Amino acid sequence: MKEFLEGSMAVAKIIKLCKPGVISAYPITPQTHIVEELAQMVADGHLDSQFVNVESEHSAASLVLGAVATGVRVYTATSSQGLFYMAEVLYNIAGMRLPVIMTTAARAISAPINIWNDHQDVVSLRDCGWVQLHAEDIQEVVDLHLIAYRLGEDKSMMLPVMVCMDGFVLTHGIESVDIPSQEEVDKFLPGYKPLYKLDPENPLTLGPLVDPEYYMEARYALEQTQREALVLIPKLTAEFSKVFGRTYNGLIEEYRTKDAERVIVAMGSVCGTIKEVIDELRAKGKKVGLLKITSLRPFPAQNIYEALKNVPKVGVVDRALSLGSYAPLSAEIKAVFFGKAKKPTVISSFIAGLGGRDITKDSIKEIFRLLTTKERQCEFIDLKPELLKESYE
Amino acid sequence: MFGPLISKPGSSRNNQTGSWRVEVKPKFLQKNCIACNMCVLICPEGCIQGEGKNTYMCDYNYCKGCGNCAAICPKQDIEMVKEQLEPTRAKARGT
Repeated sequence: MKEFLEGSMAVAKIIKLCKPGVISAYPITPQTHIVEELAQMVADGHLDSQFVNVESEHSAASLVLGAVATGVRVYTATSSQGLFYMAEVLYNIAGMRLPVIMTTAARAISAPINIWNDHQDVVSLRDCGWVQLHAEDIQEVVDLHLIAYRLGEDKSMMLPVMVCMDGFVLTHGIESVDIPSQEEVDKFLPGYKPLYKLDPENPLTLGPLVDPEYYMEARYALEQTQREALVLIPKLTAEFSKVFGRTYNGLIEEYRTKDAERVIVAMGSVCGTIKEVIDELRAKGKKVGLLKITSLRPFPAQNIYEALKNVPKVGVVDRALSLGSYAPLSAEIKAVFFGKAKKPTVISSFIAGLGGRDITKDSIKEIFRLLTTKERQCEFIDLKPELLKESYE
Repeated sequence: MFGPLISKPGSSRNNQTGSWRVEVKPKFLQKNCIACNMCVLICPEGCIQGEGKNTYMCDYNYCKGCGNCAAICPKQDIEMVKEQLEPTRAKARGT
């Protein structure tokens, strides 16, 4: 049924329908509304789940690690500094091959402290072994959670999945959202049947000390499984489409790229703004397009190659930095084409919307304007030079 | 190179939050005031001052018109009254 919902409420509703047995989270802006609503549902008796209050994000992640290891479906959510505080445990969850599903409200990182949206928190944790899916709008956030549970809990995967939604823009934005019925969700997502679990009747150890004789194989298997997820995600989205009627690729989305001469590559909610600009420019005869990255991990290199190999000019919009180097997404897009015969003549890198600075339609038009034969490296859009100074003396 | 990094104390005074007021502002009647100081304590801008009964007044350059002082005054000696836009401010607001 279609409802007019705040993004956080929509996430809480879909998580309720996924019936996690254990939820644990620590509040942090802009994630708070999600877990606040879930706690309310549990307190009101609408959700038969154990909501565990903890003293920190490190504890929240540790708690869901322990819970999922006993064979119960779990959920947690966080953002920014909270995600970093979880980081140690996140690597453990992935290494122990446990399907924790988490929502991250993407937010800037201190200092200076800033509670608004960019991708520095989630992109910084791209190497922690979790599948990382990025949503464009609230409906996609809702749908990606269903796919996330199916993907993570699949017996060939046993991987944790992070669904990234832009802080405030999606967590606090209000849209018309189709929330499926319990029957539909149950049909797509049956109860969690763990491949292995902690059970006193059949004792086992998860995450033991592994010496140099074994460690590399554990990491190799994790790496291979991430690559296998590239095959499974499109299968799951196809199955999702049959049940719910909405179609996603799950890895990338091509928007008017077929004959495009200039294409922007981006992730998250800004893709909606970019699509609007593309429609306007197309109406004026400009051949422009968008490649949206939904799955940052696993990284769909082959799909990106196919989508962009005939595009002359590509501009990558990063909402995060790898300080002192190339912007994270732009570096990976360039890596896709290294040594290939067919490739864009220019791949330019743009930085926009850090710490919640609005990426307006004008910002996008500026990026298209700067997307010429001259390659640009970490070109900051909408920068205010008047706020900079060479020294404090 | 340095970006915005350090804020020095007192910078909030530069931002005249009185310009945020809409429609109403407090009027200090100074008739039944008992100098309980509640209005001073509750003002989020800290812009109310007074020494002794019937002397309290706020600084309209910073008063945001929230009405907390009028609500807490035990003697109803502060009223929220309709804003009379002065010509200069009216011009600044474009009205």
